[in-house]
Amino acid sequence: MSKANRFVGSPVERLEDLRLLRGRGRFVDDLTAEGVLNAVILRSPVAHGIIKGIDTSAALAIPGVVAVLTAEEIGRPVPTIPIRLFASKLTEPLEQPCIADRKVRYVGEPVVLVIAESQAIAEDACDAVVLDIETLPPVVTREAAEKGQSLLFDELGTNRCARFTAIKGDADDAFRNAAYRRRERFGVHRHTAVFMEGRGLLAEWFEEEGKLVVQGGAKVPFATRKALSKQMNLPEDKIEVHEADTGGGFGSRGEFYPEDFLIPFAARYVGKPIKWVEDRREHLACSNHSRETEVEAEIACDKNGMVLGLRGTAFVDSGAYVRTNGLINPRNVSQFMSGPYHVPNINIVTDFYLSNKGPVGTYRGPGRYETDYVRERLFDMAANDLGIDRVEFRRRNLVREDQMPYQLPQIVETKSGDELDSGNYEVTLDQCLAEFKWAEKVEKYDGKLIDGRYHGLGLHCFIEGGAAGPKENARLVLEKSGNVSVYVGSSQVGQGVVTVLTQIAADALEMPMDKIAIFHGSTTGTKEGFGSFHSRSTVMGGSAIVVAAASLQKLMREAAGRRFNCAPGEVTLEDGKAQGPGGKSLTFAELAEEDISIEESFFNHKHTWAYGTHATHIAVDPQTGQVEVLEYVAVEDVGRMVNPLTLGGQAVGAIVQGLGGTFLEHLIYDGEGQLLTGTFADYLLPTAGDFPRIRAIMTGNYPSPINPLGVKGAGEGGIIPVGGIMANAIASALRSFNVQPLELPLSPPRIWKLIDDARPAEAAE
Amino acid sequence: MKLPPFEYACPATLDEAIALLASRDGDAKAISGGQSLMPILAFRLASPSLLVDLKKLKGLDQIKIDASGITLGAKVSWRQIEDDKRLATAHPLLQEMISHVAHYQIRNRGTVGGSIAHADPAAEMPGFSVTCDAKIVVKGSSGERIIPAGEFFEGPLMTVLEADELITEIRLPPWPAARRWGMLEFARRRGDFAMGGVAVFYDLDAQGRAVDAHVGVIGAGSIPHRVPGAEAAINGTTVDETAILAAAKAAAAGVEPLTDIHASAAYRRNLISVLLERALRAAVAR
Repeated sequence: MSKANRFVGSPVERLEDLRLLRGRGRFVDDLTAEGVLNAVILRSPVAHGIIKGIDTSAALAIPGVVAVLTAEEIGRPVPTIPIRLFASKLTEPLEQPCIADRKVRYVGEPVVLVIAESQAIAEDACDAVVLDIETLPPVVTREAAEKGQSLLFDELGTNRCARFTAIKGDADDAFRNAAYRRRERFGVHRHTAVFMEGRGLLAEWFEEEGKLVVQGGAKVPFATRKALSKQMNLPEDKIEVHEADTGGGFGSRGEFYPEDFLIPFAARYVGKPIKWVEDRREHLACSNHSRETEVEAEIACDKNGMVLGLRGTAFVDSGAYVRTNGLINPRNVSQFMSGPYHVPNINIVTDFYLSNKGPVGTYRGPGRYETDYVRERLFDMAANDLGIDRVEFRRRNLVREDQMPYQLPQIVETKSGDELDSGNYEVTLDQCLAEFKWAEKVEKYDGKLIDGRYHGLGLHCFIEGGAAGPKENARLVLEKSGNVSVYVGSSQVGQGVVTVLTQIAADALEMPMDKIAIFHGSTTGTKEGFGSFHSRSTVMGGSAIVVAAASLQKLMREAAGRRFNCAPGEVTLEDGKAQGPGGKSLTFAELAEEDISIEESFFNHKHTWAYGTHATHIAVDPQTGQVEVLEYVAVEDVGRMVNPLTLGGQAVGAIVQGLGGTFLEHLIYDGEGQLLTGTFADYLLPTAGDFPRIRAIMTGNYPSPINPLGVKGAGEGGIIPVGGIMANAIASALRSFNVQPLELPLSPPRIWKLIDDARPAEAAE
Repeated sequence: MKLPPFEYACPATLDEAIALLASRDGDAKAISGGQSLMPILAFRLASPSLLVDLKKLKGLDQIKIDASGITLGAKVSWRQIEDDKRLATAHPLLQEMISHVAHYQIRNRGTVGGSIAHADPAAEMPGFSVTCDAKIVVKGSSGERIIPAGEFFEGPLMTVLEADELITEIRLPPWPAARRWGMLEFARRRGDFAMGGVAVFYDLDAQGRAVDAHVGVIGAGSIPHRVPGAEAAINGTTVDETAILAAAKAAAAGVEPLTDIHASAAYRRNLISVLLERALRAAVAR
């Protein structure tokens, strides 16, 4: 392997960009087909109710309307959206029907599907449909969900749909004997992923072949195909699912939504290609929401600040149904509260409750953003109470290298645990402190009133999980040109998977990058595939390529050996040529006269754990509550770095996204379950100028032992510390007021109120 | 998010436009830059049967400056105001205020008359016109009316404009070169509608005392308005720290802000007070 590692670890510029920047991308709204029709969905205007009648006659009479479909036309039982992760008999009845049947459970739930010659006509037809819905009391608050006077599913008898209990050691015993304890209640607000462009689909039905082709969604095309196969009673080999270019996925795009059934179904029903692209109002009301969590948590330490235990209860809002991956959120809140720290005793009970709001799913750093917020807030409070420096407090409690692999708590209900794989957490902590000039800045700024603003610093250590199994596939084909085509089950969700996998394939095959072509995100490329989630593409897709590359090289040596009449072991593959004894030589193109291809799987049941430390410097305007982020430094070790450019870019992007969620974004419902933030004028996203000073320093010092590349899933996790670090920095800035932000988002009115409430009455007036 | 069906007319004269508006008994809407009306149509919050496009109407897109003051044609765009070098001295407050209007794409299309007719209580132009004693000239079937800005706005998105009336121009009194002024607004992100905004100006008499103070607020109630209590606290003073704090306190007492999903009334009341305090300090330093 003399030429190994030419590309892995190099700052290779994104291969995707030249095409995208020239406007040659094919995003979902660019897709079209001969005779395509448009679909628009009439959605429930009420949060909870019984459908008494749907009159579609006026809509059908509008010229240009082709079909108006309800549960009646689609047929009962209406297919439901399968739960992809942690499915159980218990949650099966809580799956979402792809179109509302008899009952509606959230504002935005599909009730009628209109197919028309244009989107405008379809929208006119939606206006002409008359819905008769008898409203039921909506379940909007935690109190109403827990009380259960109004039930989303009568047959369940409660609104609680799942529980995840994380157990380690004996928490109660540890708390009984602890020198120090503190209990607080924390709240994280409902918000979600927003992409550059809306979700959408183009579905085509080919009658002669009995074949369905669906384009649009990205992330898990094979899972989508499997669901469609069952719902539409079609064999899997009669369904093709292809992804389009995407402006981001963040866990939300590409999961199975009602439209993923409705649009293909309608294409077969009317026998014409059908396209649907959501508008922003639909996205905000109907895409997977996330994060809405309340935690009452308690920390126990000895007098030296060694953490003895974490315990508490958490409430996570599920929204109206249990969707594909929604169970991940409450599971993660329980399982990962200890983060990168050694916490010997843990007892966290997280309950997942249904409500008449949009159903939830994962959003970048699911459950982790929430649980990290809680832990790091408690750590700062405990350090402060005990008179121990907050850096020292963290240093004392980080999991040490000699404790690896380190056992995380067991989840009682799923009987599953997890373990941290490798690393030296203290090294990234120290590197972050040095990059940030922490000691100097603490002295100069922390808690001080400068230019009318209170300055504060925050610090946050975290881990991010990756590499979900069970496996990933890669199929390598030696093309007649002598180039290699690489087909992977991974998906492009804007993360640069083509660049990274090309680097890995080029090194594994010892070929130049321009001789490699990556094909991804299609059910036609590999026999099986698992897609892109849980920071798994580089680890799983990359490792599958490494495994398949070794097999392909073996096949090439064998083929050359047959042609050269020598043993495969005597063949070398170099510079595009197979060479044997006596100067015998064949170019790869000549070698490819014989078909040479191989599909291999990489299996993995463990997880990788990238880790790091973030530090920030903020200033709070006490008169307006406005927070300015003056500096933000992230240091993260990812085992082995494939591409520092794409990785650093993703880390910065994740942090900006986290700042948006921490300060600006909030999905707000009123008491009737109406979404009040249905436009970008009310759901505020961070813009390029809002948070400019962010640096991400990525390292690859401690390879993961669980895959051949030594890589760890990364790029997702920069978002995880942002809520906690900002609240801690604000608390530190405002120490003279002795206030503790406990609720997110950290909006100016909320920060101002904390200060105002803390001021002496005469000064506050 | 496609527009509902409507008829479209593009008249060449003001009289024709007024006649078209009059013909629909309130069911016709005038459109110019479309920066407020188009989203309203796309959300199907309004469904007028006729849109009357003003783009062919001549003579409404001029900024005139002379000794009697400044006249803005109703079709003058924000960009024209930003680019007019004369305004840097002829009316610096106008340019400052317009710099806060949304984003440059919107400033290229949005118009003075459109913003005033739309009457968003957090928008800059209605607030500016009230603060600066503007006169709003409107024309309809029954002729021309000249309405003081302070009497024009009736509530959120509500004005005294009749269904067959169009704003033709906005007249502003002249701006003395020595006038002191300040303008601040607070938004979550640059370009958003303000959570609150304050404009203040005053002149100094021979003794260096403030006279004729004007304080206007946006986003602090159902309409933009002046705050007489705050003006009284400034007039006759040297605008020292005591006067500034008194004016800020009077401003808090002189607004009736609303509570909404973005902020409580208490927060907005405080915000107006803080913004006036800071705007006055800027005025003193100017």
